[in-house]
Amino acid sequence: MKRTFERGNVAVAKAAVAAGCRYYYGYPITPQNEIPEYLSQVLPSLGGQFVQAESEVGSINMLLGTGATGKRCMTSSSSPGISLMQEGLSYLAGSEVPCVVVNVQRSGPGLGGISASQGDYFQATRGGGHGDYRTIVLAPASVQEMYDLTVLAFDLADQYRSPVLVLADAMLAQMKEQLEEWTPEVKDFGKEAWALTGAAGRPARKIKSLYLGDGELAEHNWHLSRKYAEIQAREARAHLEVPQGCELAVVAFGSAARIAKSAVDRANAEGRRVGLVRPVTLWPFPSEHLVRLAEKDVPFLAVELNTGQMVEDVRLAVEGRSPVSFAGYPPGYLPSPDDVYEEICRRLSREKVGEAA
Amino acid sequence: MKPVFTRPRSLTDKPFHFCPGCHHGVIHRLVGEAIDHFGVREKTIGAACVGCSVFLYDYFDIDVVESPHGRAQAVATGIKRSNPEKFVLLYQGDGDFAAIGTSESIHAANRGENLTTIFVNNAIYGMTGGQMAPTTTLGQRTTTSPYGRDFAQDGYPIKMTEMLAQLEGVGFAARVSVDTPAHHNQTRKAIFKAFETQIEKRGMGFVEVLSSCPTNWGMSPLAAVEHIQKEMIPYFPLGVFKERTGTDFL
Ligand SMILES: Cc1ncc(C[n+]2csc(CCOP(=O)(O)OP(=O)(O)O)c2C)c(N)n1
Ligand code: SF4
Repeated sequence: MKRTFERGNVAVAKAAVAAGCRYYYGYPITPQNEIPEYLSQVLPSLGGQFVQAESEVGSINMLLGTGATGKRCMTSSSSPGISLMQEGLSYLAGSEVPCVVVNVQRSGPGLGGISASQGDYFQATRGGGHGDYRTIVLAPASVQEMYDLTVLAFDLADQYRSPVLVLADAMLAQMKEQLEEWTPEVKDFGKEAWALTGAAGRPARKIKSLYLGDGELAEHNWHLSRKYAEIQAREARAHLEVPQGCELAVVAFGSAARIAKSAVDRANAEGRRVGLVRPVTLWPFPSEHLVRLAEKDVPFLAVELNTGQMVEDVRLAVEGRSPVSFAGYPPGYLPSPDDVYEEICRRLSREKVGEAA
Repeated sequence: MKPVFTRPRSLTDKPFHFCPGCHHGVIHRLVGEAIDHFGVREKTIGAACVGCSVFLYDYFDIDVVESPHGRAQAVATGIKRSNPEKFVLLYQGDGDFAAIGTSESIHAANRGENLTTIFVNNAIYGMTGGQMAPTTTLGQRTTTSPYGRDFAQDGYPIKMTEMLAQLEGVGFAARVSVDTPAHHNQTRKAIFKAFETQIEKRGMGFVEVLSSCPTNWGMSPLAAVEHIQKEMIPYFPLGVFKERTGTDFL
């Protein structure tokens, strides 16, 4: 273990190297450029490859090629670039090819701006490309988690033969924090059973997403659906800080959760009992944790750096069992802990007088 | 008795689905011969495209990954960069290589990726039912150029071989045809050269093959061959446009 003081983007790049990723393909876009810059420097000396692709369309398809041969590979981009990758993501999911895609979100829609945003939640968690598929989405909330969750992303990608997204934002990517760099054990996920290596001494293999035979495509989609159900059952992760007798649970991920934490801490220091639920996987969404709180009649306040996306998953999770309210901050206004604290206080006073959410 | 003509080992027994008179089958066979000749079947990974040749993986007894429409060059780049010791084969139609995938095609060639690209130019979109392609010849009627391709409206047929031959990253670039036995033999030679180019790491080995689509041209197979001779070859001249022999590049 090595202790350093590192920028979020560099933590992602270092984690990829530690996780055994030797192939990176990407196209520059702010605010994630430190990832390709770091990897272009180190991958060649590790026997790997850094290719600056002609576009994000090129990058994601290079992952399809490398991933199909069973090797760990990664790309990173930011919102408009991720939009261009959606075609490829659909093919990667449909062909069951593992890869890791890092989205350091910026503000949109369109060219938007480079400030921190969580505007790509829908795109990340709903598939984004065409067809009936899901991608695992991990949401770091610190530089350390930029590292830890990138490592996890490679394992999950291999385990489930699926693209895995790491959904960060400009704040996490650009800030520097203490980082403990650790070297994970690179596990064997049985890739030799499917990876393309040349048909030596075995029947030829095809990796594809075209299924034209009678019922073949339906069967393939059911197969994917069963896999997604398994992922939902096994991989939903959340970080919880919920006090006894919790009066209100704030739900927030990534940077919004960092800001919300300060607000929650202040409320608790003042004698309130406010909880924080921080989804670490955005898909699968950690609904179970919310259900348990909803069953105890705990109301929820979703805090996001957008105009309301994850809050829909919170509502879906609690299914009307307890009130859900929303505090949204689209790019252009970065909330302070005081903003969120005030929102918490407003919620609490309304809960007290029994006002409907 | 000694057999003088057999099926290439690298082709499977599956009968081709191609229409009568389509040249895809002939070109598949020539590619199969090249795989056998260079003994690379067991280390070949193919990047299939979208188009009438999408079922490449049913006919070639090799590992294949299917690519999104137009993206095969990027997919192949990903295969080759992470597996430089493997042989990577591309087989793309004109819609795939020269329309939706132009960016991927030009940049892979320009990067000098050590890949072998077979580019099948049938001047039309076969699989989707005969729409205009970037290679559709002037005056040619298709379902989306019903009055005949007009340069003022649709631009000119694109000459990919000439374009690619200019790129430093391309080691071999030729345009061939399978309309006559003599041309067939030249095509075989060119495909072999494109294989050699990859094996010897001289950059992209590229072969454009003029090919028929009797179905969508609305012609008999023989009339289609005549169409290649009268309409296509005059605009798309045959020949080797670039051949790098050694390390005559920077
Ligand atoms: C993104 C996308 N756009 C369009 C299509 C539909 N499509 C499938 S094949 C094809 C054209 C194929 O033409 P070509 O590459 O010339 O090959 P051919 O069928 O003539 O052999 C098109 C437009 C697609 N599959 N994907
Ligand atoms: S549609 Fe045209 S290109 Fe496709 S198989 Fe038939 S003849 Fe060949």
